[in-house]
Amino acid sequence: MRLRSLVAAVAATAIGISLAACGGGDKNGSSGGSSGDQTLTYWASNQGTSLDNDKEVLTPVLKKFTDETGIKVNLEVIGWNDLQTRIQTAITSGQAPDVVNIGNTWAASLQATDAFLPFDGDAMTAIGGKDKFVPTALATGGKEGTDPTSVPLYGLAYGLYYNKAMFAAAGLQPPKTWEEMVTAAKKLTIPGKQWGMALAAGSYTENVHFAFINAAQNKADWFSADGKPAFTADGNVQGVLRYLDLMQQDKVANPSNAQYDNGTKSVNDFATKKVAMVINQNNADSSIVANGMKAGEYGVVPFPAPAGGEQVASHVAGINLSVFKNTKHKDAALKFVKYMTDATTQSTLDKPFSALPVLKDAKPNFTTDATEAATFQDIYNTKSKPLPLVPAEDQFESTVGKAMNTMFAKIATGGTVSADDVKAALKTAEDQVAASS
Amino acid sequence: MAVATETAAPAPTRRRGRPEQRPGLKRWLPYALLAPAVLLELFIHIIPMLVGIWMSFIKLTKFFIANWSSAPSAGLGNYKVALDFNNAVGQGLLKSFGVTIAFSLITVAFSWVLGMAAAVALQPEFRGRGLVRTLFLVPYALPAYAGILTWNFMLQRDTGAVNHVLDQLHLSDGKTFWLIGGNALVSLITVAGWKLWTFAFLTLMAGMQSIPRDLYEAASVDGAGNLRQWRNITLPSLRPVNLVLVLVLFLWTFSDFNTPYVLFGTAQPPAGDLITFHIYNASFLTWNFGTGAAMSVLLLIFLMIVTGIYLLGTGRRSRRA
Repeated sequence: MRLRSLVAAVAATAIGISLAACGGGDKNGSSGGSSGDQTLTYWASNQGTSLDNDKEVLTPVLKKFTDETGIKVNLEVIGWNDLQTRIQTAITSGQAPDVVNIGNTWAASLQATDAFLPFDGDAMTAIGGKDKFVPTALATGGKEGTDPTSVPLYGLAYGLYYNKAMFAAAGLQPPKTWEEMVTAAKKLTIPGKQWGMALAAGSYTENVHFAFINAAQNKADWFSADGKPAFTADGNVQGVLRYLDLMQQDKVANPSNAQYDNGTKSVNDFATKKVAMVINQNNADSSIVANGMKAGEYGVVPFPAPAGGEQVASHVAGINLSVFKNTKHKDAALKFVKYMTDATTQSTLDKPFSALPVLKDAKPNFTTDATEAATFQDIYNTKSKPLPLVPAEDQFESTVGKAMNTMFAKIATGGTVSADDVKAALKTAEDQVAASS
Repeated sequence: MAVATETAAPAPTRRRGRPEQRPGLKRWLPYALLAPAVLLELFIHIIPMLVGIWMSFIKLTKFFIANWSSAPSAGLGNYKVALDFNNAVGQGLLKSFGVTIAFSLITVAFSWVLGMAAAVALQPEFRGRGLVRTLFLVPYALPAYAGILTWNFMLQRDTGAVNHVLDQLHLSDGKTFWLIGGNALVSLITVAGWKLWTFAFLTLMAGMQSIPRDLYEAASVDGAGNLRQWRNITLPSLRPVNLVLVLVLFLWTFSDFNTPYVLFGTAQPPAGDLITFHIYNASFLTWNFGTGAAMSVLLLIFLMIVTGIYLLGTGRRSRRA
């Protein structure tokens, strides 16, 4: 029965497309021009402390847009567990919103579906020109050398958050290298009381980011120049193993972390002072404060590389804004993108969503802690490397991320993972990606 | 379908009082009554299934889903990938198939034994029987999502009730992982069995109502004990019920999607990688709907073969008996 319903669901989606394809004909005739009652549908991702919080923050901002332009915006906030599937369904069925937030790492993969409007010369001019964006942020918008199908909206970067009081009590300085970080974490691990670090070791999206960053510190790449997966390079294997060893060899993270399937759980451990350090993107700030920790009680330094390694502390993380190609309100959608990425809106939204500015010359305002703001801005501008901008990027995330989940689970349940095991797991992931590209 | 039979049944009674009816009307009326059901069946089951089969022969990756009619034919390519057991994709499917077989057999056996035990225990009348029966039906009445999610909370390592109870009883150190690693299969079977055994219980209990009491009375006069009565009266009388019950339980568990999906979320362990969930991941996470469809078709074929053999085998034996 359930098999049948699964098949039916897949097939029904397929029928949906055929119907949409039939209905697609009239779209060219009626699009543009119409100045009557325009309503845009906008899918926003969850950036605040809850879906409701996002709605509260965005509603006045969208109202201002309506007042200025007469274009109404129909907002839906979608949680991260659903967003990718929702976008996928929208592409498949053609029943899409006009404007959507995407994780910027999906940009090249989504671009490959051909369902999004490329920001070519005219479209780019309509939203205010490409020169207003930070170049590294804009580079995440699509494959290199093509017109991007998304533009940056919120900038994010990883940082190593540390508990100032715990570090002071142990007479430690914030770590500058990987080795210092591990030494500090070991010293701050007190059996039965606290752990040195918390890892979201059961979250494939978090895990794959660290696979990428640790490999980048080893100067290794996951895809060859022609876009073919090359997961088993030695630098990748060693990078993954180094991260796994935080739990396996260094024993500075609670094995229970292997069940942490999202970043919020590890951030909460940090905010409730069960752990001394956590590596998270700067949007952790709102969660940390919401859990009762005060702004001055924690500090942030760049996630350190091993001595002699490449100084990569983050991927260029963040949220991009895309317009669906089959929108009936192209001009209105572009106006909306322009509005969302203009300096005033950006500075209004960066604060509640703890985001870094994606516009040149904009000052970060997500925190009152000037040092923290400067640290994150520095990481974002100079120590970040974009994730591979290839169509198979999303498959890289799911296969390598899930392989790391499994390896963490093995470690947590008492097994050991050697370099050969990592290599074998990455080989499997590589085969999976190769099979479907 | 049920709708059609219900609407068709009262027709003769309504006709009784009326004089002769026109023969033309009589001929098309049954078809007209069946038509909605047939149409729905066609649109909800048959056509999507055919589309699914067709999808398994095209290269439906993310490059084509926005305009699926442009997807090139894959021939048998999708099946080759799924069945190439030297390759990661084929190996993954094979492993998942093995896990699913083990999961189904154990879950069905577990549910059947529990259901049978409960049905037998509640056969004699006693005070509060109705209450116990109702209580037993809770897992079946509870929305699947809520029930499985509760299990998810109970099976957490640090905060779960299961580890707490085991720790208090000094049966373990209270630090067992239930949702990752090898124990995941045990948890999955427990949760699926918990959900399913009441159905077995309900069916068997209903079946037992039709066994004549005097058979048991005669048997106990002849000196047969409870076990003997169960083996020689209850079990043979329930044979037709059991045949259907075991088949249905098997098909349900084999294609169970909700349990692993809700219990493990996005972090499913290899030991709990059931095949429908595996197929979902293979198509939705990697945007490769062609291969996913091919895997679904293979699964469909397998289940049809199993069902066919089972029905043929058991049908022949019951004719002989």
